[in-house]
Amino acid sequence: MPTVISVKNLIKTYAVGEVEVRALRGVNLDVERGEFLAVTGPSGSGKSTFMHIVGCLDRPTSGQYFLDGQDVSRMSRDQLASIRNKKIGFVFQGFNLLSRTSALDNVELPLLYAGSGMKGPERHKRAMEVLKAVGLEDRADHHPNQLSGGQQQRVAIARSLINNPSILLADEPTGNLDTRTSIEVMDIFQRLNRERGITVLLITHEHDIAEYGTRMVQFRDGQVVMDRPIQRRRLAQDELVTLPAAQAV
Amino acid sequence: MSLLMIFRIALKAMGRNKMRTALTMLGMIIGVAAVITMVALGTGAQSSIEAQIQSAGTNVIIVSAGNFMAGGVRQGQGAASTLLPEDAAAIAPLPGVQYVAAGLNTRGQLVAGNQNWNTQVQGTDVDLPLIQAWQIERGAFFTPQDVTTAAKVAVIGSVVRDQLFGPDANPVGQVMRIQKQPFNIVGVLAAKGQTSMGQDRDDVVMVPYTTVMKKIRGVTFINNVTVSAASSNEVKVVADRIATLLRVRHRLQPGDPDDFMVRTIEEMASVRKEATQTMTALLASIAGVSLLVGGIGIMNIMLVSVTERTREIGLRMAIGARGRDVLLQFLVEAVVLSLFGGAIGIALGFGLSRGITFWMEWPTTVSTNAVAVAFGFAAATGVFFGFYPARKAAALDPIDALRYE
Ligand SMILES: Nc1ncnc2c1ncn2[C@@H]1O[C@H](COP(=O)(O)OP(=O)(O)OP(=O)(O)O)[C@@H](O)[C@H]1O
Ligand SMILES: [Mg+2]
Repeated sequence: MPTVISVKNLIKTYAVGEVEVRALRGVNLDVERGEFLAVTGPSGSGKSTFMHIVGCLDRPTSGQYFLDGQDVSRMSRDQLASIRNKKIGFVFQGFNLLSRTSALDNVELPLLYAGSGMKGPERHKRAMEVLKAVGLEDRADHHPNQLSGGQQQRVAIARSLINNPSILLADEPTGNLDTRTSIEVMDIFQRLNRERGITVLLITHEHDIAEYGTRMVQFRDGQVVMDRPIQRRRLAQDELVTLPAAQAV
Repeated sequence: MSLLMIFRIALKAMGRNKMRTALTMLGMIIGVAAVITMVALGTGAQSSIEAQIQSAGTNVIIVSAGNFMAGGVRQGQGAASTLLPEDAAAIAPLPGVQYVAAGLNTRGQLVAGNQNWNTQVQGTDVDLPLIQAWQIERGAFFTPQDVTTAAKVAVIGSVVRDQLFGPDANPVGQVMRIQKQPFNIVGVLAAKGQTSMGQDRDDVVMVPYTTVMKKIRGVTFINNVTVSAASSNEVKVVADRIATLLRVRHRLQPGDPDDFMVRTIEEMASVRKEATQTMTALLASIAGVSLLVGGIGIMNIMLVSVTERTREIGLRMAIGARGRDVLLQFLVEAVVLSLFGGAIGIALGFGLSRGITFWMEWPTTVSTNAVAVAFGFAAATGVFFGFYPARKAAALDPIDALRYE
């Protein structure tokens, strides 16, 4: 399997007043295509900082980052924007949907910036497809405030999928969700990972959520302190069958 | 992203906060409407002056007694006693002169039956209707015979007819008293309407100037002479001939100031035109200030909007919006805001101008030029005042924007 993400001696420091905060202190990590990487670690250990750099939202202070073999640290703002648009899908803890905008329009949003000149009806069709993939085709016209937390997160996942990214980055996507909804979201991630071969990077500080991945890395004080494959992987699909459907959507 | 898309996003964003959008546009609406109305007033005044020159004839020369430009005792124009009927008679045979009418005015109380009216009584000569293109609606103008004999005959304007006899009456042949003396009404003038200065040209009584001299005022001088040149290219030359003639007739030594004034209608009008131009410029710039304030209002709201929507901007950037996409989004929003405001302002300005003409009877002309300029200015205001907030939005760091609380 080819290496999708390769970071070498990644360092990120923030200057807050006089103090220098060293959020990342030399991270080395390679991620292969098709991996489902669970990133764990205590609060403030640098997980989000790491993910922002991997997602081309932020640049490292020093060190190298190769995405599909390309040196990202040399790219311009616009090139980074284009990579975020086409290669990467983001799912945030706080959903980050546009309020007073229908689920369908929210999902379509990345298409508008894709520069493909796709026409309205075609965009709608694409958006409906991904909404169907997350099981929300009947909620397309709902605004975020008319959706449950789990549904909102699924809209956000649909949005991250619309440009067929090769990498999905999720920063505590289940942080605001209950157990069953969390498992449902994990089911979607596992299916995307399995069926479409999308590389998933999932940040979580819940150990049992991390076990849905294929590999787990742990951060502490801006460094990777543990990196191991997951032995007994949990399968959300199977768990959903046995779980009572009482809290179902 | 296509411009149409951005336009739609802008409309959506504006629709989410209708009240604020409306209030922001109000500044623009008032600004543009004010500019349109003020310019319409100015243009209206201009064109009515021009129309007046056209109707008065471009070849008309007015000679008036006294010289308010000269030093010494300043007298009102036409108030001096230096101009005599003989002067008018001497002007008539000058080469290039077509018509000549001596004039002597007085205010007078008009009485017919139990009706009263106070107005300008214009003593004049038989050539005046030819010079000023007056049409006679009923009866006829008085005759040269009436002038020689200082007959007590009068031609009245339609306003005077309405006041003394009623709009449907035929006053020709009836008697009217001017300063208690009976005058036979021989004709009614066709209505001409108002001048740009609001004077009603139909509120007039015309009698032979000799009658005003001998029967009403008891003087030997006249106020003015209205002359028309045979051709409009000759106006200047004829005016000079008249001045030379009058200096000789009044025995003025070289160096003495004129005791009369010779001016062409165009000269008189150009003074007024300049005055209205200045006035228009003044009003338009005051209105322009309100447009500026409207623009600042837009900038203010756009800045608030950028701050409020920081997370949205961060999100858009996270999913692939480039700096220029964000810039364009906010810029288009500002421009759409100001263009909508501008369009409504133009409509309002148009309505206001119509209203002013209708209720206050001032002439207004909404020129396509003024509309185009106002609209362009509105767009420019949007771009100018929208640029700074838009650039601020575009320069945001995606991570900082996403984290913004
Ligand atoms: N913009 C910033 N300015 C200054 N310091 C920052 C900034 N962003 C992050 N940090 C610091 O960097 C360190 C790592 O932060 P990061 O958000 O990556 O932690 P995390 O592992 O995601 O924590 P959590 O699990 O609580 O989300 C923290 O000490 C944090 O205070
Ligand atoms: Mg974090």
